[in-house]
Amino acid sequence: MNPNLTNPRADDIDAILKRVPFAQTLGMRCEVMGDEMTAILPFQEKLIGNVTIRALHGGAIASFLELTAMLQVFLVSDMPRPPKPMNITIDYLRQGHAKDLYARAFVMKMGRRMASVRAEAWQENRADPVSAITAHFMVAQD
Amino acid sequence: MNDDKNDPDRIAAVMREHVDLMNSAVPWGNEVGFQVTKVERGHVWGLQPWSEKLVGDPETGVIHGGVITTFLDNLSGMACTAAMTKLRFVATIDLRIDYMRPAEKGLDIIGEAECYRVTKSVCFTRAWAYHGTRDRLIATSAGTFAINKPRFGSQSPQGKTLP
Repeated sequence: MNPNLTNPRADDIDAILKRVPFAQTLGMRCEVMGDEMTAILPFQEKLIGNVTIRALHGGAIASFLELTAMLQVFLVSDMPRPPKPMNITIDYLRQGHAKDLYARAFVMKMGRRMASVRAEAWQENRADPVSAITAHFMVAQD
Repeated sequence: MNDDKNDPDRIAAVMREHVDLMNSAVPWGNEVGFQVTKVERGHVWGLQPWSEKLVGDPETGVIHGGVITTFLDNLSGMACTAAMTKLRFVATIDLRIDYMRPAEKGLDIIGEAECYRVTKSVCFTRAWAYHGTRDRLIATSAGTFAINKPRFGSQSPQGKTLP
């Protein structure tokens, strides 16, 4: 494989997912294509928040989006480890059904001290997001 | 059960009776392992124990922010239900979390959520996550919740009959 076509950070993303217990608890994985990354949260029974309507728990969706945003910042930076979150705002737009969830994050601004990131999660249609977050991360090296 | 339909504490009392059910009926709640410990009108307290599988930073053992989000989201939603005089469930519209400082490894986290305003269709909440007392804040949150309409009947959450 042409080494110029692969982002060395992609292997780091896999290593982080394996090393972080909470990412394992969620059961998420990531597919990295250059500086683009799609996060995948395969459906599991434990992610349900409402057993009557079989909807995903908002907290599970938010956790997945926060990790996606954090990993995207890591992917496009040269930080030695994933950044620390400062705040996150979640919009719950549609019900998350009992099926796989996908997410992508977009770094709106990478500053010297902090990064501003938007991430969206969807199921059938990327144009119909289930939830979206805006998050700020500390990227200053201390 | 309290039969006085106008008692403002009525739903909170029902919730207190069914705390065990509330703690066991949510699969993702069971996975992260938090519990509701106290319910008053419009005010709910909970406990999130530290656990290895919730760690977000393996170097420090700090719990991942997503756990705090799950915890405060759930408690805030319950605080909305506990603020109403009719049994109504809510859905999160939006929730903002500010992380004040990392949770310490091995320590329980106390969560406290308050629903401070109920309108015809929306509830407003704020919540806190801390170690021991409120001056050791880990995170705060502000949320808005949509009140789900009942399947039958036509009464507002405050008990007034709507036209």
